[in-house]
This record gives sequence, structure tokens and C-alpha cells, in this order.
Amino acid sequence: MRFLRAFLIGGALCVPAQILIDKTKLMNSRILTGYVVLGVILGGAGIYGAFADFAGSGAYVPLFGFGNTLAKGVKEAIDSDGAIGILTGGLTGAAAGITAATFLSVLWSLIFKSRQK
Amino acid sequence: MDNKQYGEYVKSREKRSPIVKNCFNAFITGGTICLAGELLAFGYESAGASAEDAPLYVLLTLILLSGVFTGIGFYDKIAKFGGGGALVPITGFANAMAASATESRTEGLVNGTAVNLYRIAGPVIVFGTSASVIYGVIYYFFGG
Repeated sequence: MRFLRAFLIGGALCVPAQILIDKTKLMNSRILTGYVVLGVILGGAGIYGAFADFAGSGAYVPLFGFGNTLAKGVKEAIDSDGAIGILTGGLTGAAAGITAATFLSVLWSLIFKSRQK
Repeated sequence: MDNKQYGEYVKSREKRSPIVKNCFNAFITGGTICLAGELLAFGYESAGASAEDAPLYVLLTLILLSGVFTGIGFYDKIAKFGGGGALVPITGFANAMAASATESRTEGLVNGTAVNLYRIAGPVIVFGTSASVIYGVIYYFFGG
């Protein structure tokens, strides 16, 4: 059942972050950075792609998936364009997400009021 | 009461970090966000998207929803409950960007919003792309 798999695996992938929050004083950005770099490593090793085929959104939605996308983009770009793909692949793979989040954040800043107290 | 006894007393009164409960909440929250993603994927696939394209549409939809939830203050409530479960999904990344952008709007669109937009997301992109370059070098020379 794909929905149950996504729920259980996605939830489980968030638990290490919570342990880090509770047991260390790591900043959120450090935790997210760790997740992405680990995602690049697992994606590059070919592990995460197969895992994502099984877990669906449970693997794509956590930030490991972002790292996997970067690694996948690099691999595909090198396969099709050669060495230049080392530089073009990562951001090409992640382009839609980064651009959408960037543009929308500017839009939100114009629409919504600050909630900082 | 000497110092040592006082130390023990303080320790006994200290609120113990409810790590098990926090982890459970993170699990439920992260799982629910991923479940929402899978439901969206199912929806997009039913509407004709290929299984390969659907994950990207899902991520873009979650980024959009996360921004709206951030703007109306609802994502803060999710994050308070879910902790790591609200941080790790792509919605946490989008929330960090949307919140940084909105909170600094008063300092101006360029010096406030644009400068601070990547305050939390920036390191993720910096180290993510750097790691991908290192992987690319390895793959180019030793892989494939």
C-alpha cells in the first residue's frame, strides 16, 4: 500500500532530526544541511533512487530527496554532456524547486505581514 | 542543604526532555506531510502525469502550500508540535525561506527580503551543490 509506505518511511526519516534537536543544540540549518549532503551521498551511490521507487513521497519529500535530486542531475548531465555536467547537473536537477521556492518567498513577503514578535 | 544536595534537588525537579514524545510527534507530522505528498502524487498520476514527473509536481505543490501555511501562521503551529517532522520535509525548507523573506520585509525588498531569503536555505544549497560537484568528479573519473 503506497500511502502507508509513504507515511511510515517519511515519518521515520524525520525521527533522526528530532533526536538531534533534543540531544544536541544543532541549528536547524545544520540539520537540513546534513540531510541534503547525506542525500547526495546516498543518491550518488545509487541507493536512494531504488529506495525512492519503493517509498515514493516518503523518500522524495524529506530533504534527503533534494540531495538525491542533485546527485541524479549531475549523473544525467555527465552521461549526456560529459565533464561540464559536473557543474551543470546539480542545479539543473533542482532548478524547478529552488526557483519556485525563491520566487514564491518574494511573493509571500509582499502579501503576508511579518509574524515575528 | 549543601551545594551537592541542592544540585540533586534541582536535577530531580528538572523537566526531563520528553524525547520519546517529541520523536513520536515528529514521526506523525513528517509521515502526514509525506502521506499528503503521496496523495498528491496519486492525484497527478490519475490526471495523466507520468510516474517520473509526478514527484516534481508534488514538491512544487508542497512548496506552494507551505508558503501559504507559513503566511497565515499555521506552519508555526505544525512546527511547534512536529519539530523535526516539520523541519525535514521540503515544506520545512520552503517554510524557512518564506519566513525569512517575510520577517525581513520591513528592512526593504532588496536589503531585507532578498538578502535574508536564503538565511537558512542557503547553507543547504551551498553544501548540496558542493557535494554534488564532488560526486560528479568521482562519477566522471571512476563511475559509469
